[in-house]
Amino acid sequence: MQDEKKLAIIATKGSLDWAYPPFILASTAAALGYDTEIFFTFYGLQLLKKNLDLEVTPLGNPGMPMPMGMDKWFPVLGLALPGMQGMMTGMMKKKMASKGVADLAELRELCQEAEVKLIACQMTVDLFEMNTSEFIDGIEYAGAARFFEFAGQSDICLYI
Amino acid sequence: MADFDQELDASGLNCPLPILRAKKTLNGMESGKVLHIIATDPGSVKDFEAFANQTGNELMESKEVGGKFEFLIKKA
Repeated sequence: MQDEKKLAIIATKGSLDWAYPPFILASTAAALGYDTEIFFTFYGLQLLKKNLDLEVTPLGNPGMPMPMGMDKWFPVLGLALPGMQGMMTGMMKKKMASKGVADLAELRELCQEAEVKLIACQMTVDLFEMNTSEFIDGIEYAGAARFFEFAGQSDICLYI
Repeated sequence: MADFDQELDASGLNCPLPILRAKKTLNGMESGKVLHIIATDPGSVKDFEAFANQTGNELMESKEVGGKFEFLIKKA
């Protein structure tokens, strides 16, 4: 095999839609032989919870395709109604399953199987007083300097 | 289609699952053995090309048969 390339990712978002790019790219890179690490910070730490209860919101996101032409007849304010986020999340999950898009927990497992290193930002854990027993096993807790140790030698570095 | 040693049906799976499953299957195969992959994701055509280029496993054949995409990959 050629010299091992390195991919470093910072995952900062904790919604269902934004949970995909880090895990899709990391698992694929690992399959291509990249040495890969993901550093999870702020809302990105939600992606490390055992119970991945993530949601998607159409609020503040005019680019999100709405089912059944809802964007045509639904005023923006309507998107803030109680239950709307849950409904959109349910629809998104259904759509993903019907299109054969991987389940998030499955993708994350594939990352771990492929030895993608998952690093949780210790500062965020302290800041939000998060309970580390809620996180999956096999992750590392560290700070920014730890990220740069790897990112400094990486061929690709992404902020998601 | 030429002979193959193992088969992987990735029909119905979307990016990046066909690649990930193929990689996993290849991991369990010996060098020189051939994997036959069936996929329905149109993106898999370019993806398996790129996969072969980057991993050194040879893409021996890539074709469309009745709306499905079939690949032969020889493990390096």
